[in-house]
Amino acid sequence: MKKLSARRRHPLAALVVLLFALATTGGLYAAFAPAGNAQADSSQSLQIEQGKKLFAVGCSSCHALSGEGTKDGPTLVGVGSASVDFQVGTGRMPAQQPGAQIPAKKVIYTQDEINELAAYVASLGAGPSIPTSDQYAAGDVAKGGELFRTNCAQCHNFAGSGGALSEGKYAPSLDGVSAKHLYEAMLTGPQNMPSFPNSTLSTQNKQDIIAYVQHTTDPAKNPSFGGLTLGALGPVTEGLFGWIFALGALIGIAIWIAARTPKAKKS
Amino acid sequence: MTSQDNMSEEHLPEAHGAHGGELAVHGDAFADPGLPPHEHRRTDIDEHAAARAERQVAMWFLLSMVATIGFIASYVLFKPGPELKNTVYIFPLGHISKLNFSLGMTLGISLFAIGAGAVHWARTLMSDEEHIAERHPIEASPEVREQVFADFRQGAKESGFGRRKLIRNTMIGAMAMVPLSAVVLFRDLGPLPEKKLDSTEWAKGKRLVNMNTNEPMKASDITVGSLTFAKPEGVEESDEDFQEVIAKAAVMLVRMQPADIKDQTSAEWGYEGVLCYSKICTHVGCPISLYEQQTHHVLCPCHQSTFDLSDGGRVIFGPAGHPLPQLQISVNGDGYLEALGDFSKPVGPGFWERS
Ligand code: FES
Repeated sequence: MKKLSARRRHPLAALVVLLFALATTGGLYAAFAPAGNAQADSSQSLQIEQGKKLFAVGCSSCHALSGEGTKDGPTLVGVGSASVDFQVGTGRMPAQQPGAQIPAKKVIYTQDEINELAAYVASLGAGPSIPTSDQYAAGDVAKGGELFRTNCAQCHNFAGSGGALSEGKYAPSLDGVSAKHLYEAMLTGPQNMPSFPNSTLSTQNKQDIIAYVQHTTDPAKNPSFGGLTLGALGPVTEGLFGWIFALGALIGIAIWIAARTPKAKKS
Repeated sequence: MTSQDNMSEEHLPEAHGAHGGELAVHGDAFADPGLPPHEHRRTDIDEHAAARAERQVAMWFLLSMVATIGFIASYVLFKPGPELKNTVYIFPLGHISKLNFSLGMTLGISLFAIGAGAVHWARTLMSDEEHIAERHPIEASPEVREQVFADFRQGAKESGFGRRKLIRNTMIGAMAMVPLSAVVLFRDLGPLPEKKLDSTEWAKGKRLVNMNTNEPMKASDITVGSLTFAKPEGVEESDEDFQEVIAKAAVMLVRMQPADIKDQTSAEWGYEGVLCYSKICTHVGCPISLYEQQTHHVLCPCHQSTFDLSDGGRVIFGPAGHPLPQLQISVNGDGYLEALGDFSKPVGPGFWERS
């Protein structure tokens, strides 16, 4: 105790107290706040009601209180529930900061809460809704590969490992993305990705593409027979590897061949 | 003590004196220094070291033999095929085919070990005495030259080349005509491109067919922010010349809010915000469809040319020299999207006769 009171006037004391207070309130909030919302009711209107409350806390600072959008975030009228499920379900929303592209991160809402948010946003205006599990069931891998190379590979690369776009934007890797989120992404076109509506890419087409992506990104189903894929990014990583390691090894050997043999010390 | 160690100032005058020269020798900084005295390696003077080096070289060659046997063994042992049981996890290579890995490794080792053994042998045991081989003049000696010219003159005289004009002229004629066969053959390698680069398969009234579903499309199928690839009606993937046709005719369809379209002509060439652009980069012709629906930019993956589809396909970055050609479209009586003609400019990269 004496020690504590002696350090009371330490220049960092105020900072410590402040951090402690912040951590406590934050922790308490995290512990209690979601619990209050978790009791989702299956009834539609209650779901919308809950979603509206969640929206007001988590989304309205950028998308405005009733989702019409501000200069920081686009309008959500008419984006539909599928879009919400993708953006929030992959952790892209709520966004940490504005930027060229909002990255996927840890998901902070439960699926129930996401459904509530989605129900609320869907109530603002009609749009594509969250697909049912038979809609995103995997289809034909071979046909999917063909469709993937026509529609997707230009950005996401032939192996689904993603690639760069203009001005800091990029197509993310498709490794580990769930079938539902793949389906929703094609349907809604999140951020700068164009959408592939069912009118131009049928549900069956989407299922084939999902099958291909799941097959090709799964090392158990599609092992790399040559080994060392270097991210399957093509000439960039392969070239870098070749220049540094292969050429480096050749230079090392050339030096060894041409080095002068150590001479015996003359006594 | 080498001769260099003697090169301090006070020794110089004596050295000059030995050559019998005066100041001229002082300037001769480029004199051939000759070879340094030969120094022996350990293996040259120590029998034990030599024996050890010999064993090391033999070890390399033995390793090569073992690796070759390993190659044959892995070829027999491991099965090819995409099943997971034929793969093995090896850090840092990841899952990799047992067959590919073992064949590559053993063959690599058996070749490398031969090389390494040879190099080690050369470095430790083969003689490293320097030998000097003086260069010879390239020119032949005068006698040889004289003989060659005499022989030539005699040969020319005996053949009667200068006297029998008929033989000489017909021979020159025959030789001159032989290359004509090649001209005929090369002519057959293909006609000149003629006007082929100027036009594509698109024509007035041809409907736009979706590459995914192989069905014609209505404008309502194309939603804002979507991206669709199309081919001209009547072109089938099973056609023999499909690749040739689609290489020029490939197009992408996008739709944007009409208010977002900056270029007036471009908006008129579309239909209610549906725009149809060539998919062939105007730089060197890579297929481009890296479309960003919010910025309306299309990026070429080859050299990063960027085109703004909301502004008539204008080049906003990169080496491309022409805007992306736009296809003029409308809807026909049944509501299907159709072309109103061919592209107004040649698609793809610039070429010699391109206006
Ligand atoms: S081919 Fe498109 S930028 Fe070079």
